[in-house]
Amino acid sequence: MLPELHLPWLELSIAIPLLGAALCAIRFSDTNKQRVAVCASAATFLCTVCEWYDFSGLNTFAAHDHWDIIRMLLHKDLFVIDELNAPLLPMTALMFLLTIVSTQRTKAARFSYRWTLLLMAVTLAILSCIDPWALIGLLSLAIVPVWMELRRRGRSTRVYLLHMSIYLMLLIGGWSLLDLNASKSEANLLPIAMLTAAALLRAGVVPLQAWIIDLFENAGLGTAFLFMAPMTGAYAVMRLVLPVAPVWAMQSIAVLSLITAVHAAGMALIQTDARRLLAYLFLSNSSLILAGVELVTPIGLTGGLCVWLSIGLSMCGLALTIRSVEARIGRIDLQQFSGLGRHMPLLSSFFLVTGLASIGFPGTIGFISTELLIEGAVSVYPIVGLMVVVVAALNGIAVVKAYLHIFAGSEHPSSVSMTCRLSERFAILAIVALIIGGGLMPQPIVKSRYHAATALLHVRDGTATDTPVGAHGR
Amino acid sequence: MNAMNVVNIMEALGYSVVLAPALLLAAIGVPMLIGIRLSERRVSSLTNFGVAIGLLSGLGVLITMLLTGERSVPISVGHMFEIPQEHFHFSLKLLFDRLSIPFVLLTFVLCGVIGAFARAYLHRDTGYRRFFLLLSLFQLGMILSSVAGTIETLFLGWELVGLSSALLVAFFQDREGPVINGLKIWVVYRIADAAFLLAALLLHHLTGGGDFNAMTGQGPWPFGTTEIDSGHVLLVGLLLLIAAAGKSALVPFSGWLPRAMEGPTPSSAVFYGALSVHLGAFLLLRISPLLDASLTLRIAVVLLGLITAVFATLTAHVQTDVKSALAFASLTQVSLIVMEIGFGLRYFALCHIIGHACMRTLQLLRAPSILRDNHARENDLGSRLPEKPSWITSMTPEWMRTWLYTWALERGGLDTMLMNWFVRPFLAFFYWSDRMERRWTAFLSSDDADTAADDVTKAEV
Repeated sequence: MLPELHLPWLELSIAIPLLGAALCAIRFSDTNKQRVAVCASAATFLCTVCEWYDFSGLNTFAAHDHWDIIRMLLHKDLFVIDELNAPLLPMTALMFLLTIVSTQRTKAARFSYRWTLLLMAVTLAILSCIDPWALIGLLSLAIVPVWMELRRRGRSTRVYLLHMSIYLMLLIGGWSLLDLNASKSEANLLPIAMLTAAALLRAGVVPLQAWIIDLFENAGLGTAFLFMAPMTGAYAVMRLVLPVAPVWAMQSIAVLSLITAVHAAGMALIQTDARRLLAYLFLSNSSLILAGVELVTPIGLTGGLCVWLSIGLSMCGLALTIRSVEARIGRIDLQQFSGLGRHMPLLSSFFLVTGLASIGFPGTIGFISTELLIEGAVSVYPIVGLMVVVVAALNGIAVVKAYLHIFAGSEHPSSVSMTCRLSERFAILAIVALIIGGGLMPQPIVKSRYHAATALLHVRDGTATDTPVGAHGR
Repeated sequence: MNAMNVVNIMEALGYSVVLAPALLLAAIGVPMLIGIRLSERRVSSLTNFGVAIGLLSGLGVLITMLLTGERSVPISVGHMFEIPQEHFHFSLKLLFDRLSIPFVLLTFVLCGVIGAFARAYLHRDTGYRRFFLLLSLFQLGMILSSVAGTIETLFLGWELVGLSSALLVAFFQDREGPVINGLKIWVVYRIADAAFLLAALLLHHLTGGGDFNAMTGQGPWPFGTTEIDSGHVLLVGLLLLIAAAGKSALVPFSGWLPRAMEGPTPSSAVFYGALSVHLGAFLLLRISPLLDASLTLRIAVVLLGLITAVFATLTAHVQTDVKSALAFASLTQVSLIVMEIGFGLRYFALCHIIGHACMRTLQLLRAPSILRDNHARENDLGSRLPEKPSWITSMTPEWMRTWLYTWALERGGLDTMLMNWFVRPFLAFFYWSDRMERRWTAFLSSDDADTAADDVTKAEV
């Protein structure tokens, strides 16, 4: 029997955005919809912070809601908070809150608050879910808001749908076969291969990365980022694949993730469009998370989980900055020097800080994460450590190149003010504070992630003493 | 004063040396980040105050060390983070010894001079605050690098110096030239940083931590002896040599040094004439016990210094602008310093660094006005100032002079070689990959996109 939180924080954090989405479906004005969305996402964020705080006070590896309605109805734990997802939930809620807060009123007509809140509810549900079939169902549901956005914008949905269909087929097929062959370990080769392939496809490993780039190019930047940044694919790997996968499956994910990280870092160098650059930077960094996770050593796994948080925060800040710049001048061409620094001094500072955090620059939260990841990698596979260093170097060049191309150059002619609005400033400053605060005082993050890493490794070794961090201790 | 009080005083002064530039950076940076505009006077006063506190603290450490006869004062700041169960920690440790103290004092003195000079030089420039922010970032990086007691702390400072240097080269952002040069410098620095990070990780594994004492022996600098075997010493040493070559513009990375002169004169003086360019040599001095353990490594250091010295002195002779000529003259001296380190002349190299840094700062700060003075003197004389032909000119045949002149004018073709042999083939693969991916995406989506676009048009109608 799992310990209980003091209030149903998990269910509240899923129900509030759902309620907000329902309210936004009513024919309100854009301004009122934005107010509803801001209130709902802020309340959700508070719930997730409270659930993390509540969970920390319990001193346990996992806990579920007080007055758990789903447990009462289904007689099993569906939504659980544990060492793995405890910090991921507030981080994800924060990403949604800041994206909604920083959306300009002029863009309100193109940015669907209803679908964003729905995506928020589904994403938080995914990150709280430990039941394999419910998780697969929620992962399928998360595809819908993005698909609707692509359709609403009149963009091709074929690349996205094709990849997501294959992903779901592999996921459903793999888990069905695994359920059927639960007692026969020798028959698990195919289902594990299918689950591994699903994980690789969702993570966008080379050469299956085209859909991520296509998504960033064609969907709204906010939506594309919110779909990718919580890294629900990596979460699915932790819940579904890690507890059952043999060494070869984990190693193949690690090797391919590493190749993807290097490839994406190289591709980021040559991009001439800021969105594509952001997509490749994100892909490169998120691949490092998977590579770290598959190292299956306490330090490597701790590094991977720390990178998860640092990349989530830094890429969120970077994406919000690029989104704010795009809101003023449209798509950003990196072939020329745009000279926006004079008009947007704050945004240029934010871009540099968040970009540097994403490459693990000293003084930012990314530094300790990358350091741990490399340290963990070097002790197991020295070549992995070498590759991580190469990736950090290449991404560093890409970030500074983009910074100089966007903000340096002869002054951009403009008759209107392009300064940072209060809401944007608040959103990005909050991220910057977390990035620098985490960089200067990293011990709580490292400690928490180390606990999560050891719990995951216990589940994988079958020596878990407490219930779930992986999928029902299969 | 009892021993306990002395230790406490040393610690307080040691912390103050690092905290002064750190707080200065926060005092200038945080208001900029939240959109508060400090006045020029306020920024300049803060800089002066920060430098003065740091310099006095550094002098305090030096005086206390002289009075107590201590040759090495390690101050453990603690673990930045640790995982006790895995015996893993990331420690911050400061080390005050005969190598770090001169560098600390030199950094504060030169940054103070440059701050005072830039106050008038950049008055009413739109980038005034940005310049002082980057100067404080650079100062913090230099101080951290100088007093680093662990290789991780040194890496921290090393990175800050690299970033501030590249951004100051790109200071005049209205023109594309400085920006492109700043980016090129950043690329070289990233390569150097990657080599440094790998060496740091390797040392961490070989010694079980990044402490310099564990790596270079317990004896005070420069008398430590390493216990790492010579094979590993060579590998680590070569990685650190690449890092030092990148930072100090040694061959084949020399191309960035004249490019760095695109920045404002005060920053050129402090970065590329005085401090930043010597950081590679400082690194070699800090790890000098490693050099003692491998003859091959020492030969590599001497050879690299020799090749760079020949290259730099020839190239310096054909430069047509004063800052580039000074840049290559600096490089000649730096490569001589590297050779001295390779020959084991540690104190001589340290004195050379200090003397060279001060002289070159003066030359670079004087460079804009000396041109004007020369023009005035030529006007007074009514002719060009007399020039003495160099000894190379008189000793070499005509054909060789022409060849050397062309070679030096093209800066040994180093940049072209790096571009053609490494950068272009590397990028060509990714350009090909990008084309393939775009074709694949277009193949998958083109029809559907047209249909979707038609749907939107119909809906709008």
